[in-house]
Amino acid sequence: MSAQFWLIQTLNAVAMGGLLFLLAAGFSLIFGLMRVPNLAHGGFFMLGAYLGATALDENLPFWLAALAAALGVGLLGAVLERALLRRLAGNEQGQVLATLGVAFIIADLCLMTWGGNPLSLSPPAWLMRAIAIGGFFFPAYRLAVLVLAVLLAVLLVALMEKTRLGAMIRAGVDDREMAEGVGIPVSRLFTTIFFLGAALAGLGGVIGGPILSAYPGLDTDMLPLALIVVILGGIGSIGGAFVGSMIIGFIYNFGIALFPNFAYVILFLPMIAALLIKPEGLFGRVPQ
Amino acid sequence: MSLRCSAARSLPALGLVLLLAVLPFILPGPFYIAIAHQILIYALLALSLDILVGHGGMISLAQAAFLGVPAYVYVGLSARAGLSPLPAALSALAAGTALAGLFGVLALRARGLGFLMITLALGQVVWGLAYRWVDLTGGDNGMRLSARPRPFGLDLGRPIPFYYFVSVIFLAALFFLRRFARSAFGASLRGTRDQPRRMAMLGHHVFRIRWLAFIYSGFLGSIAGVLFALSFRFISPQTMTLQQAAEVLLMVILGGPGTLAGPLIGAVIITLVKTVVSSYVARWYTVLGLIFIGVELFLPEGLVPGFARLRRRLGAALLARRRPA
Amino acid sequence: MKITRRNALRLSLAAPGLAALRRPARAAQPPIRLGFLTVKTGPLASGGIQMEQGLTLFLKEQGGKLAGRSVELFTEDTGGVPANALTKAQALVERDKVDAVVGPLAAFELLAIIGYTDRQKMPVLAVAAAENISQRTPSPWFLRCTSSSAQASQPMGYYAAKTLGYRKVTMIADDITYGYEQCAGFMRVFEDNGGKVIQRLWPPLNAPDYGTYIAEIRPDADAVFQAFAGANGFRFTQQYFEYGLGGRKPIIAGMTGIDDSILPQIGNIALGLLSTCFYSPALTYPSNKTFVAAMRKTYHADPGYYSAGTYVTGQVLAAALEKIGGKIEERELLMHTLRTSVVPETARGPVRFDQFGNVIGNVYIRKVERVGSWLVNVPIHTFHDVSQFWTFNQAAFLKDPVYSKTWPPTRYIEH
Repeated sequence: MSAQFWLIQTLNAVAMGGLLFLLAAGFSLIFGLMRVPNLAHGGFFMLGAYLGATALDENLPFWLAALAAALGVGLLGAVLERALLRRLAGNEQGQVLATLGVAFIIADLCLMTWGGNPLSLSPPAWLMRAIAIGGFFFPAYRLAVLVLAVLLAVLLVALMEKTRLGAMIRAGVDDREMAEGVGIPVSRLFTTIFFLGAALAGLGGVIGGPILSAYPGLDTDMLPLALIVVILGGIGSIGGAFVGSMIIGFIYNFGIALFPNFAYVILFLPMIAALLIKPEGLFGRVPQ
Repeated sequence: MSLRCSAARSLPALGLVLLLAVLPFILPGPFYIAIAHQILIYALLALSLDILVGHGGMISLAQAAFLGVPAYVYVGLSARAGLSPLPAALSALAAGTALAGLFGVLALRARGLGFLMITLALGQVVWGLAYRWVDLTGGDNGMRLSARPRPFGLDLGRPIPFYYFVSVIFLAALFFLRRFARSAFGASLRGTRDQPRRMAMLGHHVFRIRWLAFIYSGFLGSIAGVLFALSFRFISPQTMTLQQAAEVLLMVILGGPGTLAGPLIGAVIITLVKTVVSSYVARWYTVLGLIFIGVELFLPEGLVPGFARLRRRLGAALLARRRPA
Repeated sequence: MKITRRNALRLSLAAPGLAALRRPARAAQPPIRLGFLTVKTGPLASGGIQMEQGLTLFLKEQGGKLAGRSVELFTEDTGGVPANALTKAQALVERDKVDAVVGPLAAFELLAIIGYTDRQKMPVLAVAAAENISQRTPSPWFLRCTSSSAQASQPMGYYAAKTLGYRKVTMIADDITYGYEQCAGFMRVFEDNGGKVIQRLWPPLNAPDYGTYIAEIRPDADAVFQAFAGANGFRFTQQYFEYGLGGRKPIIAGMTGIDDSILPQIGNIALGLLSTCFYSPALTYPSNKTFVAAMRKTYHADPGYYSAGTYVTGQVLAAALEKIGGKIEERELLMHTLRTSVVPETARGPVRFDQFGNVIGNVYIRKVERVGSWLVNVPIHTFHDVSQFWTFNQAAFLKDPVYSKTWPPTRYIEH
């Protein structure tokens, strides 16, 4: 294996890690803070990609299209929290059934609205090129995705750790009654978390769009990845989700390059091993 | 009083036996008889999963492996190795049960979402192996079974005999499950679900109880797997996808975990929407989604316990009205 | 959501000018009951929807009649799952009492139903490409008007070696039988004609990203043969250009790799890409011109593999029914007629069939060009009357194992 192999696959790995973080951040937020295993998350991601494709078709600039899709999917998340998931607090099996129901409907409505053909999303023109790095070419857009993922991770950590909103959310999650007692609007906060988590998924769908494109089945391709990242990184830790994303990026890229025969199981074998050694995830803890 | 009580308890069981017995004569043709036996096979798989979900409180996404692996073993041994049906079926059951034992050892180290994820991963590994180990499994092309067996001269290739064959096995499994639910072991399994620490303090071996539950569940699921192979005469990796595993789980949760009727009702609804309603409604996927959401909005404990609650409440309301009069 | 299945076709036929059809014709013959297995939900839906478009347009064009008998179409959605495909085939045969089945889409669906349909003596006119179903394990009730997996990739192997003059090629395809079979056929003919396949890559069907694989493509390869299906061909091609390989190392594609249905989404980067297929929207046969015009008008899309395949299947069925006076109920006669008939004028050109019910017809090497406002796979070379056995001796071909990952063995790949 040449030095070039290690370099380009490392770049591939971190770029994919960035993409996975955009996918998993929202899931981690919702699950970590509210303990809702939102199995519609893949659907949110796909819906974001489709909305982004439509917005780009309407000649919206890329970043604006991403924001619009994030807003749209975020609103859907907020509505679902208010109308449906709120009633199922603590009922884990109910949450599984209901969010899968939502996922089914999103998949079917996307198919109905956008048809079966894959749709491409064009990145901003200035990122549509390959950069020459030491004798080979690497897509500029993927590096941008990585940068964006790092920025987002920093932003989210800052939001949770440094802002008043973050403090209120943590208080509400830790002890709802006491938080309400001191005047924190917990109910509105929970809707906000859901809005934020869903919006992140929608944003991820658009940002991932130029790489993955929007197609039927994107949701079911992505959902297991989000779950793996979060379980490996540990629940309820944005930093953990980021590290988990990077680990998966590396395992996937070097795994299939070095052991192509294990491509179908390359993500699952290490996950089983990790869970056997540390059932609570590598960072953070799995709730009992 | 106790006599009347046990009679009342057996009444639904008797009703089910009667219904299954007369069903082929009510249904309008062989296609619907085939749907009926399919429902029973999926219901059996759902019931096997309910041992974990309903009684053990462990949401597993690996149950499709117990549909697929025994089916592969059965088809492989009879179509390729030329084994006769009974030894092939017994080997398939043994393989499925052994797999359950292995899965249990690995998965039971985690709880909650960790458990869910490790079962998901185990299921996906088996699926990936079936896909990739082409020499053994035929890859995505799968393997075909040329004929169903003819035990004691009974031609299982015909729809009605096969339907009764599946029905009898299903009823036997149901009987076993009822005994299981009421047994001391069933009670201790529910104990590990509700109060694992206390169970451990009382000297129960929590891990072993759960592991045995896994094995029971895998064994029953394997029966469904062999029946699946006989029914479809075909096995491919798609029998073990995550979607298939989720579908079985949905049957359990939809109908109501921890009940005997729940997984059966869940299997009836999901299979009917998939196979029959989808002939008439193009957006049947949405219909299924709406059913899930509707059930969670109005009967969040699942259909069977939900209706039982409504009936109790209705009964109480009627009683309350009668009393002042 | 009304219950409209039986009436769906009639409703769709109720276009202006066809309204008369909805009145029950007082013909002596009852309608032809035609079953249609397709995929309308799940990841394979795009191909299934296109199949439905092809068949719907064909029947509409025929005024809803074949050989003078009106057609009642029973459409079933398999979801692309083998077990469901079998259940739906049972529904068509046992509940709807159809006389023939068009479909299914995927090889694994076909393999799941073929044992059953054979026992039921049910003619199956599939678009699925599985090799062995028309080779070593043939079915007497099977007909394929499109192509076996390798039927189009074998000519591409010849063309790549002889005309394009490529010496070293990397192959990449989905890690499924369809991918193995296409690549095996390509490799065999390519290497027979002096080429060398120096690398094979098999990404999983659900690979989230092809970046890793693209980075692995050997620098000394003259070209890349990609034989993906569905959305994957599109995603691979797009990412290939993303990595700057587009202008440097040509792609040649299998029959579903850069389908016309996805060309508008690939966009201008597709210009100049080569592919092989039994069909092109740019073919000038009169019935193809009608078909393409109707597709563009009704669905604002060019026909691709699935819609054209189903349309041609309809044409072949119609021609056979004409010959036997519409007597579709006589299934043995129908199968015999289908397999022995020569249909000189289909949308893909003239077709006839071999003893296994597999089509013998033209295979086109196509190049993406802009025709008016459309990107089109335009034929630049025609291989006439190509059989699934290419130029090999049939008996010798059938004695070899079926095409796979291990057959024929690779000769030039270093391990």
